Amino acid sequence: MANYLIKRILMLVPLLLGITLITFTVIHLAPGEPVEMATAMSPKASAATRARLREFYGLDKPLHVQYGMWLSNLSRLDFGRSFAPDNRPVLDKIKERIPITISLNVIALILEFGLALPIGIMAAVHRDTLLDRAISVFVFVGFAVPTFWLALLCMYLFGVKLAWLPISGIHSLGSDQWSFFWRTADLARHLVLPISIATFGSLAGLSRYMRSTMIEVLSQDYITTARAKGVRERVIIYRHALKNALLPVITLLGFSLPALIGGSVIFETIFSIPGMGQLFYQGVMARDYPLVMGILVIGACLTLIGNLLADLCYAVADPRIRHGRG
Amino acid sequence: MRDNVSSPVREFWERFTTNRFATAGLVVIVVLFLLSLAAALVTPYSPDTIDAWHVLLPPSASHWFGTDELGRDVFTRVVYGARVSLKVGFVAVGIAVVIGTVIGLFAGFYGGWVDSVLMRLVDIMLCFPTFFLILAVIAMLEPSIWYIMVIIGLTGWMGVARLVRAEVLSLKSRDFILAARVLGASDLRIIFRHILPNALSPVLVSATLGVAGAILTESALSFLGIGVQPPTPSWGNILTSGKDYIEFAWWLSLFPGVAILVTVLSYNLVGEGIRDALDPRRQ
Repeated sequence: MANYLIKRILMLVPLLLGITLITFTVIHLAPGEPVEMATAMSPKASAATRARLREFYGLDKPLHVQYGMWLSNLSRLDFGRSFAPDNRPVLDKIKERIPITISLNVIALILEFGLALPIGIMAAVHRDTLLDRAISVFVFVGFAVPTFWLALLCMYLFGVKLAWLPISGIHSLGSDQWSFFWRTADLARHLVLPISIATFGSLAGLSRYMRSTMIEVLSQDYITTARAKGVRERVIIYRHALKNALLPVITLLGFSLPALIGGSVIFETIFSIPGMGQLFYQGVMARDYPLVMGILVIGACLTLIGNLLADLCYAVADPRIRHGRG
Repeated sequence: MRDNVSSPVREFWERFTTNRFATAGLVVIVVLFLLSLAAALVTPYSPDTIDAWHVLLPPSASHWFGTDELGRDVFTRVVYGARVSLKVGFVAVGIAVVIGTVIGLFAGFYGGWVDSVLMRLVDIMLCFPTFFLILAVIAMLEPSIWYIMVIIGLTGWMGVARLVRAEVLSLKSRDFILAARVLGASDLRIIFRHILPNALSPVLVSATLGVAGAILTESALSFLGIGVQPPTPSWGNILTSGKDYIEFAWWLSLFPGVAILVTVLSYNLVGEGIRDALDPRRQ
């Protein structure tokens, strides 16, 4: 186990380097310069001012030097300062936005697994029945619905027509005066729609995957043996089959992270939630290079950590991998 | 006599058409293509003529899907918007398939350090939240539908690369490859003449599903205002005004969304249909 862990962590180093290299290349190959953006508004900015600005941000140096500087700063967890007028350290800006995005995604992920696994199991166990077909229809529609459109419809139905739920932000106006209980309830009310939509967006894929791994496991010999022994169907499904059917699903957990984080741009923008996705969107619109690069690197690292955790869970669950025979 | 001859293509087609859902999906896609090509014949309105007297009208006999905030006919804009979606889907996936196939072929065929480097590149690309990456690049370029297609393609090839690589690994030790080698075929000839045609069928499935994904991505980008720019209609950017006028004009939000839903659903059904038809064991 220790060997496996060390090997797995050493593999992170080239991946991390690759992530920074791609981030840097992507941002610097694109035409347009942040200095242009900063000076476009004031015609008084002379060529000398621009040159000073470029020098100040290190943009006058050759690209590989800029990359080296950026990387050595990164290794000290210094992500640079935002180009925005507030000029704050990028890391501080990201830090205050990360908790909301992560907690939203974690809640959505828990709900997603809590719903998708039973749905998938049900479809597999009742294969080719009306129930399975109904679930299939739901899954296919779920795959095809654009999340932002669903958000729009829900905003109209629950926010405008029925006026049950707030459709924007995470706090009501003046809620900072309320007691802790009411503030929490208020926050929960604001999060119902965004979390439901984030969950729905990935429900389809996971439940379909669960169905197919479950069907595969249920057709294996040891299940037939268990049936022949007269083990009750419930026990076969939930004790014998589920364990093995869950293994591949664990890996999917790691893979679904980038999609979840990427999706947060869309629903955070729609619902005006002050999370990382919204910050990224604002950063991109303002060509705030250090901020955009910082979020790209941190977003990719979150995925890396998620994958590592998923692999560790897998190793714990599957002795073949733990003992290096996988 | 001729009818009794069975070819792989015919067998495939027969299996595909027994799947009613997949056939329905294919019909929808063909109809959409025809509609978008013949857009000017289908509707009497032009997609960008502003009509200040008929602003935000609900659906009626003369405006099937109502009108938008500038008095433009929403049905017309949805039909013209289909052009954007269909084009983006095909070009983006075409780019992704070419890149993914070439990388997968080389990684699988040469193995060793070539494989390690290329597959690490795949791992790294898979770490990025794709939508972040697309957003970062698109927002820094001049908005244009071509950039969108290229960027979606450049960020969507990793799945294809893995598929093709796995396929090559199982093919390259087969006898017919050995035979080609004995006959003196070069590496490139073996890769592109002998391995590629045999590795393509899983790519077909993933490409079809990829078209659906690309259409969804483009509509999300246009919805956020950094995709296809008005006045050119796209389903995503019609929904942007749908959001602004959601309290007064539900039709502006409903119809373009249904168009996306139906199109994406159709591509997914066709993709699944192809998968089942290619692999008789799945039926």
